[in-house]
Amino acid sequence: MAAQQPVSGTPIGLVAGEIDEFADASTRASTALGAPRRIQPRRPFNFGRWFAATGWRHVVGVVMVAFSLFPIIFVISSSLNPRGTLTGSNALFSKIGLDSYVRILSDPQVPFTTWFGNTLLISGITAVATVFLGALAAYSFSRMRFTGRRFGLISIVVVQMFPQLLAVVAIFLLMSAIGDWFPAIGLNTHVGLIMVYLGGALGVNTYLMYGFFNTVPASIDEAAKIDGAGHARIFFTIILRLVAPILAVVALLSFIASVNEFVVASVLLIDTEQQTLAVGLTKLVSNPRYADWSAFSAGAVIAALPVVALFLFLQKYIVGGLTAGAVK
Amino acid sequence: MSTTIDDEVTSETPKKPTKRQRQAAGIAEAASGGVKMLLVKVLLLGIVDAIAVYAIFILISSEQWLVAAIVGVVTAIVNWIYFSRTKLPAKYLTPGVIFLVVFQVFVLVYTGYIAFTNYGTGHNGSKEQAVSSLMSSALERVPDSPTYEVTVVDQLGELGLLVTDPDGEASVGTTDSPLTEVDAEMEGGKAVAVDGWTTLNFADVIARTDEITELAVPFSDDPNDGAIRTPDGSSGYLYLSNLEYDAAAGTMTDLSTGTVYSDLGTGAFTSDDGEQLLPGWQIVVGFDNFVRAVTDERLAGPLLYVTLWTFAFALISVASTFFLGLFLAIVFNDLRMRGRKYYRVLMILPYAVPSFLSALVWAGMMNESFGFINQVLLGGASVPWLTDPVVAKISVLVVNLWLGFPYMFLVCTGALQSIPEELQEAATVDGARPWAVFRLIKLPLLLVSVAPLLIASFAFNFNNFNVIYMLTDGGPRDSSAPIPVGFTDILISMVYKVAFTGQSRDYGLASAYSIIIFIVVAVISVIAFRRTKSLEELN
Repeated sequence: MAAQQPVSGTPIGLVAGEIDEFADASTRASTALGAPRRIQPRRPFNFGRWFAATGWRHVVGVVMVAFSLFPIIFVISSSLNPRGTLTGSNALFSKIGLDSYVRILSDPQVPFTTWFGNTLLISGITAVATVFLGALAAYSFSRMRFTGRRFGLISIVVVQMFPQLLAVVAIFLLMSAIGDWFPAIGLNTHVGLIMVYLGGALGVNTYLMYGFFNTVPASIDEAAKIDGAGHARIFFTIILRLVAPILAVVALLSFIASVNEFVVASVLLIDTEQQTLAVGLTKLVSNPRYADWSAFSAGAVIAALPVVALFLFLQKYIVGGLTAGAVK
Repeated sequence: MSTTIDDEVTSETPKKPTKRQRQAAGIAEAASGGVKMLLVKVLLLGIVDAIAVYAIFILISSEQWLVAAIVGVVTAIVNWIYFSRTKLPAKYLTPGVIFLVVFQVFVLVYTGYIAFTNYGTGHNGSKEQAVSSLMSSALERVPDSPTYEVTVVDQLGELGLLVTDPDGEASVGTTDSPLTEVDAEMEGGKAVAVDGWTTLNFADVIARTDEITELAVPFSDDPNDGAIRTPDGSSGYLYLSNLEYDAAAGTMTDLSTGTVYSDLGTGAFTSDDGEQLLPGWQIVVGFDNFVRAVTDERLAGPLLYVTLWTFAFALISVASTFFLGLFLAIVFNDLRMRGRKYYRVLMILPYAVPSFLSALVWAGMMNESFGFINQVLLGGASVPWLTDPVVAKISVLVVNLWLGFPYMFLVCTGALQSIPEELQEAATVDGARPWAVFRLIKLPLLLVSVAPLLIASFAFNFNNFNVIYMLTDGGPRDSSAPIPVGFTDILISMVYKVAFTGQSRDYGLASAYSIIIFIVVAVISVIAFRRTKSLEELN
């Protein structure tokens, strides 16, 4: 952990923050369980003292958990409501059934499963390619010294200040021009959208990985070089395995970012069949004639599940990878 | 090893490697497995080159010389980099940099260019396209014109007309290419088929009626000669345009009224009394878009309140999420408290749910007449959460607080725990009260590590399109503005709406707004990074 100090001015601070927090939660959980048990039996329980010390914290906790969860509970409840408009969804868990799920998955007017597949495909490929491109760049910045290295690092940070969505008009015009010559990668294609997303592959991600690559001792590379391994072999078979935790972080961040991305996707993907969940569901709900709120809720629950699962699952993996020490 | 790989490249590319070379390659393979990698490399480069060559062919055939040249040069450079022995860093950087340059740097520069043009609805293409589109939209059938026998033909999905004129001569043409004489297969004095084209049968003609009736094949290169159109797919008539284009004078004359429209440099044919013929064409208009955005009263008002609201939204969002996150981090940073883990997991759930979904769900809950908040939580009140200009702003901020506080909570917890315990102990020994310890020791230390993240968060919220668009769609709509803008719109959602929603798209104005965002973001980040540097030096 010590090597992973939150570096000011870089996003690594963020991840380090999260990691610290989780590492701490897991290590301290054991001490926290032991400590009060030793003390408590010795003195009688005093509500006032308990409340002043930790009780009020529970009050805050309960209030915040209620604030955090009530939209989530609401959407789950209305998704279980068999037939429901928005008004019908207001009585929480009054009826329970899976009809809305069946409706959203089988409605011929709403190609929900296609959107879902599109989203997984686009975000998945973008995440993998982003990790790959970012890792290549981070490796060269971390391990090689060349003219323009500092300039490269700085310009990557500078360019990332201006997110792609600012240039959405130009992206649209560029892609429609490309589409005139090469319809397979132009407007209204998934390949085109993925290519646009990959424009943002270097940048924050590279910086994040660059910081992590620097924590892997260069002596490992040197040892491998002496054993006769080439640069590509060192990169693919040694370094990439040692930095797996950061690859997971970047893949997760990139995946979530593309799942959430609306502006560019809505402009580039024209046909309903080509759209992603963000575009499709937003247009569905904003259509005033569409009144099946519980079917939308069911769709939202299905759409959120993989992302939430990945988020919770990968965070544990990241913490495990970091605390175990990737470099042994 | 790196040299070994590259040696093999040079020695293996000749057709007949000598026996010794093959032996050497075999030994090298046994030693390092490098041949596999070489094969992969050659294969990948081969694919890249094949695609590039294909692309260049297509570009040349559509006469895009400059783009074709750029593709060629880039491909050559890529090959040179990967077959060279020395360009090691470049080998790792090239793939990412190509995407970065095209889809990030180039589009930003291109946005800057569009901001200085009149690009948008009615100004989409070149002047030639505008002329031909104007001429064909004003086509009218010539009253006593002869009937031409026509056959509808198809070439790779593009429809054309095979026309037999009254003299029995056959010619073929499409919307884009005027009629040219061809040797056609004749049947009863009517041309029915021609090489390179597929003749549509009756069923196809019926199926594509709409396309066929739209088809207007220019009679010759001169647009004033008119075009052949067919209402039924078998007989065609000569249509002449109501407009006459005088290429030498650059004027367009309406033959029925006699009005002369001339090119005054405004990107459209304009009559003396200011009436414009649309579509026009794309021209560079200099600072017009910027001047218009700032001085046109109906645009300047929205720009001002949208900009102010964007700053307010970003600042309040950062402040509210940070303070709530910090407060929670302090509250749950007490070792004596049980069950902290469960509270934490439940509280970061809003961060794990995709934000577009959360915003859509909140929009449903905040619905004025049917929503959960008004109906259940407030027992049937009718608070206009999303439809009143002021309340909608508060709603947006509340929802953004919900979306953003878990992140700040995580960050602040991490930062708090990384502050060494000894500092607190030392202060306590010296007699400092808990509040003083927090305010004078922990908070400054925390700010040093969190400040860059606050700036990043500000920049993110400055362009936080999703929460605005999904929750209120920028509404309530400002009906006095000529562009589709509302009272909760931030700059980036205004850019989107001006460019892609509403009746007329104004790419030029939207790009000008983008440039304004560029400048703001650039200034903020420069100031912010200077500030954080000085903060670090202080400690």
